[in-house]
Amino acid sequence: MEVSKEYAVQMHGITKLFGTFRALDNVNLDVKKGSIHAILGENGAGKSTLMNVLYGLYQADAGEIYLNGEKVVIKNPNVAIEHGIGMVHQHFMLVDNFTVTQNIILGTEVTSRFGVLDMKKAREEILNIVKKYGLEVDPDAKIEDISVGMQQRVEILKALYRGAEILILDEPTAVLTPQEIEELISIMHSLIEDGKTIIIITHKLKEIKASSDVCTIIRRGQYIDTVPVADVDEEELATKMVGHAVKLVVDKTPAKPGDVVFEIDHLTVKDDRGLEAVKDLSLKVRKGEIVGIAGVDGNGQKELVEAITCLTRSESGTIKINGTEIQNTTPRNVIEHKVSTIHEDRQRRGLVLPFTVAENMVIEKYRTPEFKRHGMQNREKAQEYTKKLIQDYDIRPAGCENQPVRGLSGGNQQKVIIAREVSNDPDLLIAVQPTRGLDVGAIEYVHKTLVRERDAGKAILLISLELDEVMNVSDTIDVIYDGTIVAEYKQGEVDENTIGLLMAGGKQNENAVQNT
Amino acid sequence: MKMLSKILKKQITSTIIALLFGFLVAAIVLAIAGYNPGQAFGALFKGMLSKPKYISNVIIKATPIILTGLSVAFAFKTGLFNIGAEGQYVAGSIAAVLVGVKLNLPAVIQVPLVVLAGVLGGMVFGSVVGFLKAKFGIHEVITSIMLNWISLYLSNFIVSSQAYHLPNSTSTYPVNESSYTMILPKWKTSDAGMAALKPNKWLYEMMLKTDVNVGIVIAILMAVVIWVLLYRSNKGYELRAVGFNRDAAEFAGINVNRNIVQAMLIAGALSGLAGALSITGIAPHKISTLAAFENYGFNGLSVAMIAGSSPIGCVFAGLLFGGLLYGGQSVQQEVGAPTEIINIMIGTIVFFVALTKVVPALAERLEKRGVGHAQ
Ligand SMILES: Nc1ncnc2c1ncn2[C@@H]1O[C@H](COP(=O)(O)OP(=O)(O)OP(=O)(O)O)[C@@H](O)[C@H]1O
Ligand SMILES: [Mg+2]
Repeated sequence: MEVSKEYAVQMHGITKLFGTFRALDNVNLDVKKGSIHAILGENGAGKSTLMNVLYGLYQADAGEIYLNGEKVVIKNPNVAIEHGIGMVHQHFMLVDNFTVTQNIILGTEVTSRFGVLDMKKAREEILNIVKKYGLEVDPDAKIEDISVGMQQRVEILKALYRGAEILILDEPTAVLTPQEIEELISIMHSLIEDGKTIIIITHKLKEIKASSDVCTIIRRGQYIDTVPVADVDEEELATKMVGHAVKLVVDKTPAKPGDVVFEIDHLTVKDDRGLEAVKDLSLKVRKGEIVGIAGVDGNGQKELVEAITCLTRSESGTIKINGTEIQNTTPRNVIEHKVSTIHEDRQRRGLVLPFTVAENMVIEKYRTPEFKRHGMQNREKAQEYTKKLIQDYDIRPAGCENQPVRGLSGGNQQKVIIAREVSNDPDLLIAVQPTRGLDVGAIEYVHKTLVRERDAGKAILLISLELDEVMNVSDTIDVIYDGTIVAEYKQGEVDENTIGLLMAGGKQNENAVQNT
Repeated sequence: MKMLSKILKKQITSTIIALLFGFLVAAIVLAIAGYNPGQAFGALFKGMLSKPKYISNVIIKATPIILTGLSVAFAFKTGLFNIGAEGQYVAGSIAAVLVGVKLNLPAVIQVPLVVLAGVLGGMVFGSVVGFLKAKFGIHEVITSIMLNWISLYLSNFIVSSQAYHLPNSTSTYPVNESSYTMILPKWKTSDAGMAALKPNKWLYEMMLKTDVNVGIVIAILMAVVIWVLLYRSNKGYELRAVGFNRDAAEFAGINVNRNIVQAMLIAGALSGLAGALSITGIAPHKISTLAAFENYGFNGLSVAMIAGSSPIGCVFAGLLFGGLLYGGQSVQQEVGAPTEIINIMIGTIVFFVALTKVVPALAERLEKRGVGHAQ
């Protein structure tokens, strides 16, 4: 592609090596000014790496970057900012106990004549930007008190405040609720109307369809294609991305539920502020059944999981696995009663980042006879075991068993956790946001795995903010609202709108069965 | 170029570069102060290595700080900052004296008992810190610093107590001879021993002029034990998991609080062992009134730092540190430069080691340039 002024960003022939590993190999990206350009690729394809090169966090080993037709060398993020590039990372970089305004001006403080911080002026400027693009945020709220969606807006504001004309969003929707995603898309559109250019990384094909003009696909570090979004459907995009056809709908036979394995009875749990987050909640999961809990974030899902895994106290009620009460014991006791949990916060609860993949794989097993020898670790065994899981779950790069898990891409870190928990051979598998940050190929795999485990007689509790996921995968769909299950349906008996309404606190439909 | 960048990425290389920088800065300081750096360094190394007696003394000096270094390094690997090594060391020496003065059993029983007492003393101090952290979430640095002072005054209290005070002195009674851990202390000064040692000048000087003791063997052994514990045992796996990410460890069913207490217990034991071995292995085999800390624990912090918290690295870092401390005295005697210069040098070395993250970054640059050239 020719270099032209029409393009806000042109990256030509970008190659990036990590040691001898080619994370990017001769990749091209041409982004038209004033467009929304999506980048699509599997986990570990090199999307974040490509954007980090553009933002000056990494230096490419080969290739050129042009901004508005001019060749540039972006040595570090400061240079990128000078060129009007802003980036919102997947993991936010905000100071928790600072206010929104303080966070936004951090590093670019406006001072009045005597070197005194001019907060008032900064605040005004921020309010201007807020108004212009409909980025509703309270400039005086502290970061720790606002939701993840709000925090993301602060990150966007931060970039705009620094004069960004080109905005990079790395998986911005992975942490958002469906409502927040809609709002984000409308913000993106208002930015485009103002002449800004947006590059967005996302695994959600629906969002690409809803938001973007053009989509560039990369696979294992290779440039595959760039297509106008209007001309392709979701299946085509998925196929291009993975290299073979992908089923977007889960294939499964009707469930054959057996005995009740897991039972929660009138459970009440308080959150860290002492308010009741889970209120008198009851639910049952049977052998060979997937129960999905649909709900908007913040309706008690987090506290429910913490209570089941004994990370927090249950105020009242019981939690029973195979008839044994486990509430208010220890996380270890829960694991020993054959409950496995895929936690939603993979970096905080799920993984020890400096540990190798193998060390992470055995974190619940190192103490079992199989993996120890007279108090020593059986390292060969752990290696062998990990190698097999890496292969079974297609964790990339292959042969990463002795690499720190920190070096894996976000999606592959997630796969490590899924592989570990599923292979525990649990009686109850709790999957909380199991596909967050995964590409469609990997999502298909995870969903298949859940169904396979179900068919093998496991009880599965799926908690997800993705309504699609709950609707598609679950045999029984529970709706959680304000800390309690407000409705329960069998799969196929209910449509998305009804569930959506209930999630938002709407009145329950008549033929719904409550708390069976 | 590849080779070079590979070498530069090794931790040991950065440490050596840091050492060279430390010496360089010390040379500049010496020159500014009006001393000949060459001469001063000559004196330093001569004072460390030129005589068997010196080498032996360097090792003796290094023994306790290898152990306190290990204590700090171990705690660090489990996510704890053991600034309390100083207090645990003093506690160890107190406990060793308490037992060693009062008991007088055959050496085979006495020595283990006295040393064990020291280990226990360190353990008690360490576990208090661990307990307070696990139970009430009090940061270990705060409790450790307070316990350091408690140990100092406790030590002075023992010195002045009726039961232990040696009349007309500023110290306690020495521990009974049966507690000594020197190598053949009796035999080497006997006629037969002297006669046997005489033909070998090296051994003769080493044995007779210094308190050659088993401490260094134990220190090296402990380094290996700690390495195995950390990297090969199940306990070490738990300890490191808790150190790196408490939340994930908790979620995986590891008892976080118990591991914190155990980590501090082991760290305390190592420092206590250092204290005990100093009492049993080196004259005057007793504790004296302390006006200030003797820095055995604090030097352990520097040793752990230089070693990059590697247990085996602590042995070498401890020897280096002991060498600088001991050889530094000769600089003072021969060149007239104050020992402060040595302290400055040690300080700069630690400082540059702390900066060694720069070296791998440098290597990365080099690598990039290499790729650029290749094209
Ligand atoms: N700092 C690093 N050191 C070594 N390898 C790295 C590093 N950063 C990324 N990689 C590797 O480069 C490849 C691309 O990673 P990248 O993070 O760009 O993937 P991604 O496309 O963003 O994937 P995901 O969707 O899972 O976030 C991965 O195989 C990853 O393991
Ligand atoms: Mg990524």
